[in-house]
Amino acid sequence: MSTPENTPENEPQEGFVDPGLPEHRPRRGDVEPKANKRAERQVAALFGLSIVGTVIALVAYFTMDTGDGSDVSTIQSVNMWIGLGIFLAMAPIGFGAIHWAKTLMRDHEMVEERHELRSSDESRAGAIQNLKDGAEDSGLGSTGTKRRSVLKGSLITAVAIAPLAVLVPQIGNMGGDWNVSKFRHTMWSPGTRLARDPDGELIKASDVTMGSVFHVIPDGLNDLDHHHKMVEKAKAVVLLIRMNPEDMKIPAGREDWSFDGIVAYSKICTHVGCPVALYEQQTHHLLCPCHQSTFDVADGAKVVFGPAKRPLPQLPIAVDDEGYIVAQNDFDEPIGASYWDRLKGDSSNADVQEDSH
Amino acid sequence: MGAKVNSAAAGTANYVDERTSIGGFVKFFARKLFPDHWSFMLGEIALYAFIILLISGVFLTAFFVPSMTEVHYEGAYETMHGVAMTEAFASTLKTSFEVPGGLLIRQIHHWSALLFLAAIMTHMCRVFFTGAFRKPRELNWLIGFTLMILGLAAGFTGYSLPDDVLSGNGLRIIDGVIKGVPLIGTYISYWLFGGEYPGVDIIPRLFTAHVLLVPALILALIGLHLFLVFLHKHTQYPGGGKTHKNVVGLPLFPVYTAKAGGFFFVVFGIVALVASVFTINPVWNYGPYDPSPVSAGTQPDWYILFVDGALRLMPGWVFGLPMEWEIFGYTLSMNILLPAVIIPGLFFAIIALYPWIEAWATGDKGERHVLDRPRNVPVRTGIGVAMIVFYVILVIEGSNDIVANLFHLSLNDLTIFFQWAIFILPPLSFWITKRICMGLQRKDRELVLHGHESGTIVRHENGEYIEVHTPLNEQEVWLRVNYPNHKPLEIEPEYNDLGVRRKGYKWDRFKQKLSHFYYEERVEPVTWEEYQEALHHHEHGPSAQGKQEAAEAEQADDRLKEEWDKVESSQDSTK
Repeated sequence: MSTPENTPENEPQEGFVDPGLPEHRPRRGDVEPKANKRAERQVAALFGLSIVGTVIALVAYFTMDTGDGSDVSTIQSVNMWIGLGIFLAMAPIGFGAIHWAKTLMRDHEMVEERHELRSSDESRAGAIQNLKDGAEDSGLGSTGTKRRSVLKGSLITAVAIAPLAVLVPQIGNMGGDWNVSKFRHTMWSPGTRLARDPDGELIKASDVTMGSVFHVIPDGLNDLDHHHKMVEKAKAVVLLIRMNPEDMKIPAGREDWSFDGIVAYSKICTHVGCPVALYEQQTHHLLCPCHQSTFDVADGAKVVFGPAKRPLPQLPIAVDDEGYIVAQNDFDEPIGASYWDRLKGDSSNADVQEDSH
Repeated sequence: MGAKVNSAAAGTANYVDERTSIGGFVKFFARKLFPDHWSFMLGEIALYAFIILLISGVFLTAFFVPSMTEVHYEGAYETMHGVAMTEAFASTLKTSFEVPGGLLIRQIHHWSALLFLAAIMTHMCRVFFTGAFRKPRELNWLIGFTLMILGLAAGFTGYSLPDDVLSGNGLRIIDGVIKGVPLIGTYISYWLFGGEYPGVDIIPRLFTAHVLLVPALILALIGLHLFLVFLHKHTQYPGGGKTHKNVVGLPLFPVYTAKAGGFFFVVFGIVALVASVFTINPVWNYGPYDPSPVSAGTQPDWYILFVDGALRLMPGWVFGLPMEWEIFGYTLSMNILLPAVIIPGLFFAIIALYPWIEAWATGDKGERHVLDRPRNVPVRTGIGVAMIVFYVILVIEGSNDIVANLFHLSLNDLTIFFQWAIFILPPLSFWITKRICMGLQRKDRELVLHGHESGTIVRHENGEYIEVHTPLNEQEVWLRVNYPNHKPLEIEPEYNDLGVRRKGYKWDRFKQKLSHFYYEERVEPVTWEEYQEALHHHEHGPSAQGKQEAAEAEQADDRLKEEWDKVESSQDSTK
């Protein structure tokens, strides 16, 4: 054996002798009958208190008026009384039992031997023999003349792959249509009007005053059924902000993505996808309250602090004939949290808008 | 009446035993001994919190509707009238406002979930710092560890069920983290949500996990955990008469039936008290889930804070270098992976494997049933404290906005401070803890060798002052000298006499290095020789002499006082 053994510390130090258990000191109740009686009364009183608690809980449940349920504080007070009743019903049983155990039951410690957990040599040998015998009976034993390796191999293969018959359809079904390219597209398309979140009122460029911020959804989102609305909203929400054009640094190639100091950025954080909801007007900073990624809207929404790496995607906007703000196109990159293949695949694939459900 | 009850009991016992041979079990269990110590109750709290969770959970399933079908709320809570929400959220409101006591049970359920995890983690700390994970309990440590992970899973799946804004954003963060996993993340997210986030499937799926899968696993593992506790017999703290071969304690029936059984009622009572006076998770204030809004100061439940803290701590750019890389057009987000997957993974892996790591360093092969005093294993204690500090930094960072607000600090400064602290404070606290432990060990040595300070100061004729020390009693000495004194491993040389390189040398070398880290620097317990010499010294040395002189001085003092009193009283009588 090359394993280093190092077990001399198992034995106590030479010379010192285990003094044995400390002397048992009697409790007051053990020597004074009066104290003993008193402890008994205390325990009984605690159990009695528990009965009172049960009564309080039941009385609170049956007699207290919760009103019509519209007033939170009334409901909370009913709950509080039932809860206090439960507390009184429960805790004194426990305290009583523990007090009983501590004052009246045995407190003189006892000693029990431990036995090594390892099975005895005979039973180990017996176990091995039984397994060997079993293997022999099955015809798979390596000691036997017949090795039956084909049998062994086919059994292992069959058992190993059989779960696939169950798991593949189950897991496959759970993923729906598996069309992950849907992550890359939102409801925004050329000409989609910007609308207020949540009421869907359309936004005119003239409504957007200097320094104001609008929480925006695409027009038509509210007409979708609940499921699609949630899914689309989770991707399409946008913040519309107007600032002094002189304060703004416009990234190259995006000169015509804004309109007179009005810019629109995805509201979904590029870190792990929380809504970036807090806007600070003076600094033009957008803050995500989940992990505090901070984006500078005046500088292409680039990251100035926190865990996000990428700027928020910008929604190119324009103003239509009627003065409403519209999207020029969808975002030019997938919104939200980064994922492995976010930059792969055809971003102009339009048919993913249709849903197979 | 007594006789009647007795004969009825005997009849029942006979009936059951003839069909189950339960007599053997009762004989085995009834008088099983358990050592007494308050720290052994921590695991019990976890067990009881779980029972409360089951009881209150059954009640909640009677009213909760795990469905994401849209409804327009028309229930009792007028503020929400007409608001579009899922049935899950609506039924949560119904449970809270239209079921008398329903809100209370919800709060009992939530508070016990918080307590469940808190108790598990404190219990783990107790087991860690006292070395209760050593042979033969390594497997039970692993089971306990798995229970903690399952507890986290149970907590998170339950937290998300009401489908409110807060939990919905939490779910979205999880979705973001999953998507950050290279290669498969995109597909796992799609699979989990049955399509795009949030979809309509996630609440029913989480519900099944929360009420069936996870609790069934927890229940099974709790059974196994307790079975092993019985099989191993409980560990005990060191002291006179306690060895690795015995267990000293009080019997299960009646003492622990009363104490532990009673303690369940205490825990239930306290949880009910807290739940009745402190509101938790008032989802009616947050509103139903909507992907757009989020409020400042959003917090997950406390046990998830460390992941959230890690996510907040990790910067997207480090010294101008991006933490999200594009490799051949694929995106690898280290700013998500590192804090939410790799760091927690490593942290948990160290915890799970710790019993084996320490066993490699110790080379100890024996069964260990007497617990360590944390000071006697300074490196382990240091590692434990360092890991707690690491964890706590993440937890505080996970609520950095609230901390910043509370102490009027800059949020950004706080995060930058923790970004440095996470590297500096854990090693520092390891070092400080190790030093404190060794200081305490030295103090123990000094106590054994020189005794307690008595507070009596004696001045010798030559003007020297000394303090009289009283020797320790045998119990006190035994506690301080009888503990394993591990030394660094010695291994066989790399080459044998014939110059042939032996197998397994590198592995041994690793274990030796580990062992040096653990035991190179150590304070040895007092040896018998040292003790004898000290005793000898005390019997004849200055302390003994001083003690004698102190006694003489005290006697003289008494004599003087007596005489003085006599004089005084005689004066009184002459008046």
